[in-house]
Amino acid sequence: MFNRDTWQEIWMTIKQHKLRTFLTVLGVFWGVFMLIFMLGMGSGLENAVFRDFGNRATNIMYVWSSSTSLPYQGYQPGRFPRLNFDDLEAIKQQVKGVGFIAPRTRLDAKVVHGETAETYEIRGELSQMIKVEALKVYHGRYISDLDNDESRKVAVLGTRTAEVLFGRNVGEAIGQYVTINGAEFLVVGIFGPRVIKPWTEDDQEAVVIPLTTMHRTFGMDGRVHYFAVSAQEGYRIAQIEPQVRSLLKARHHVAPNDPRGIGGFNLEAEFQQVRGLFDGISAFLWIVGIGTLLAGIVGVSNIMLIVVKERTKEIGIRKAIGATPASIISSILTESIFITAVSGYLGLLAGVLVIGGINLLMEQASVDSQMFYNPEVNLGIAIGAMVLLTIAGTVAGLIPAMMAARVNPVVALKDE
Amino acid sequence: MIALRDIRKAYSTEFTRLEVLKGIELTIEDGEYVSIMGSSGSGKSTLLNILGILDDYDSGTYHLDNTLISKDLSQKEAAYYRNRFIGFVFQSFNLLNFKTAQENVALPLYYQKISRKERSDLAMHHLEQVGLAEWATHFPNQLSGGQQQRVAIARALATNPKVILADEPTGALDSKTSHEVMEIFDRVNAEGKTLILVTHEMDIAHRTKRIIHIKDGLILKDGV
Repeated sequence: MFNRDTWQEIWMTIKQHKLRTFLTVLGVFWGVFMLIFMLGMGSGLENAVFRDFGNRATNIMYVWSSSTSLPYQGYQPGRFPRLNFDDLEAIKQQVKGVGFIAPRTRLDAKVVHGETAETYEIRGELSQMIKVEALKVYHGRYISDLDNDESRKVAVLGTRTAEVLFGRNVGEAIGQYVTINGAEFLVVGIFGPRVIKPWTEDDQEAVVIPLTTMHRTFGMDGRVHYFAVSAQEGYRIAQIEPQVRSLLKARHHVAPNDPRGIGGFNLEAEFQQVRGLFDGISAFLWIVGIGTLLAGIVGVSNIMLIVVKERTKEIGIRKAIGATPASIISSILTESIFITAVSGYLGLLAGVLVIGGINLLMEQASVDSQMFYNPEVNLGIAIGAMVLLTIAGTVAGLIPAMMAARVNPVVALKDE
Repeated sequence: MIALRDIRKAYSTEFTRLEVLKGIELTIEDGEYVSIMGSSGSGKSTLLNILGILDDYDSGTYHLDNTLISKDLSQKEAAYYRNRFIGFVFQSFNLLNFKTAQENVALPLYYQKISRKERSDLAMHHLEQVGLAEWATHFPNQLSGGQQQRVAIARALATNPKVILADEPTGALDSKTSHEVMEIFDRVNAEGKTLILVTHEMDIAHRTKRIIHIKDGLILKDGV
């Protein structure tokens, strides 16, 4: 099947019918190109949406408190439960499957360095919040457990805060001191959001200090404004959320059926919903793409039928001088697979190049669309498309090849 | 070499049944030079197709070189016997237009899975035999009718078959080139190859050593 003569013959047929071959190639090329292009664009939409999840951990829930709406145990509605440090311990001990808990307490305070004084949001945290939210450390380090254990007076500045206080070279801020509400803090790191969006500006302007330091220095008395809870491997956050909430309701005398009082939110449900949406879109794109491809394949099959018809006499001659049906079938099939594979590969290549080109242009022109980001063709899809093509080429060639094998040399060689 | 015993062949359609061969008895010895003559519809082409294993027969027996050519061979077996035992020469040459003279001659050897190098050497040798060595790289449409037929003869000889079957080999040629082609046939036979020609031209038939006349599916006359 794969000897030089077969290829030479395929090449001759192709050369003899350039236009016809070109049109066939175009059909399959276009089919594969559209499939790859659509899937690539689909991935662009998908990546844009999932980027807004901002690489957040999705096995995370947030818990906060709000004013109650029902009277309970003698308490009036409208009371504002105060979450505190002890709640965290209680959750860790009583709820199964809890990974870590990352609390945050907030306070607006005046931050001073040299001549500059600005009011910023001060966040008291343990070490884990950086793992939960789409944040990253640009210079130095983040708050550590040791900082909290020893209630050190250290601070991690948001990028913009650092710029305002220390100028453009924010790295130089590390090792210097800032004054927060009169207390001196050593700057140990610079952090900021991973992507800059209107809703991540808060993160750029925040100042993070150890939670224990905040409690002691600013007299917040164990206060926690809200916290994130992660689920351990093998646990689903959607199952943990109601347990955490009911535990907190019991601890803070909130009616179990009160929709307010203790607020909670987990990303998992939303994440699953969006995931499902994109699985749907992707399935749709595959169907449309394969449909287009199928049209191309039918084209190849058609052309191969014409090829066999045209070459009836040639096939007759070959049979007369000793060609077996198997050798005829194999040559037609090889030709069919060859045409589909080459044109399909070109389509694949063009699709990948166009998608890559769009990606590159967007990066170079710094186009930052909320709807479209980093379109890509993954290797699995590319390999899948190639396998599909080979199968398609075989199927396309099968009927023509069987027809060729049935050519009767007596009839084929009859002189008109 | 060839022994036909009571060969019968009929073509049936839904309404009619046409008996083409009605019991052919024929023996052809090794090295004979035979022509088969008959008017159109006499059954001579059918006979040639059966001899060439291109067509099957309904009843009787056909031995070729002491091998029974069964009436229900598979396509694969038929292809094998055609390739090993028989060389065809056709009225309209039937060369492949996109192959050079040499490649055309080499084609039957390709189906014997002979190596590329050996094939082209053998093909060249047979082209020399028919005096076309310097035309080896030409395509059929660059050759005259007589030259094309000589290439076809070289192709028929390439596999060193038991018998050469020629169906009106001079039918498409003028008398001068017909003469050239017949000279090659004469020489091939002189070298000991069995040759069977179908023709309706008396002067061509008379160059052979035995003439078989066929009429209405039966051998009418057999001899010179």
